[in-house]
Amino acid sequence: MSAAPDSPAPRFAAGAQVRVKDDWPETRGPCHIRTPYYVRGRLGRVVRPLGAFPNPEDLAFARPAPRRQLYHVLFEQPPIWNEGKAGDTVMVEIFEHWLEEA
Amino acid sequence: MTEESPNRAIHDIGGIARFRCTPVEHDEAPPDAFGKKVDAIRQLLAQKKMMTVDELRRGIESIPQDEYFALGYYERWLRSIAALMVEKGVIQQEDLA
Repeated sequence: MSAAPDSPAPRFAAGAQVRVKDDWPETRGPCHIRTPYYVRGRLGRVVRPLGAFPNPEDLAFARPAPRRQLYHVLFEQPPIWNEGKAGDTVMVEIFEHWLEEA
Repeated sequence: MTEESPNRAIHDIGGIARFRCTPVEHDEAPPDAFGKKVDAIRQLLAQKKMMTVDELRRGIESIPQDEYFALGYYERWLRSIAALMVEKGVIQQEDLA
C-alpha cells in the first residue's frame, strides 16, 4: 500500500499483539471517543489493517481531521465480561493512536 | 469490573448488566412523523455544511444522564442539533425557550 501524505502506512501488521491505551479522555473534558470502555488497557491481536480514515475525535468538533489507520482488533471475550467460554472472542474497530505494542 | 468505571461515557454501554436481557425488537421500526422531521432538519443542515453526523453524535453523548435516558431516539437528535446550532451561533439559547 502506498502511503499518501495524509494516509500513513499501518504501524501494525496482521497478527501483531497490541495493548489498548488505558486512557480516559472523558475525564478531561468534552470528547467523542470511539474506543469502547471495556477494551481499554486490554491485550488484543490485530486481525487486519482496514485503511486510514479521518479521525472522528476531530470530526466531532469540526476540526481538521488527519487520517488515522483503523484496525480490526481481536480480544478474548471471557475476561471482558466474565462470561463466555475459552476461545470466544470480541472484535472491535480501533484507531492506531489508541494502540501500543505489547 | 470495568462496567463500574466512573469514566465511561453515557453511550458506551457494551455489556452493561442493566441494558442486557431485554427483548430485541426484530420488527423494523420506521420513524414517526416527528422523527422524519428531525431527520429532515439534520439532512438539510448537513447539505448546507452546517453540521456533520460526527458532531451530532458528540452532541448526543454530551446530554446529561437524566435527560439522556428520558429522551427518545429522535428527541436526543433534536437536543443535539439545537445545542450545536447554539454552539455555532446560528441560533441563540433564548430562541429555544
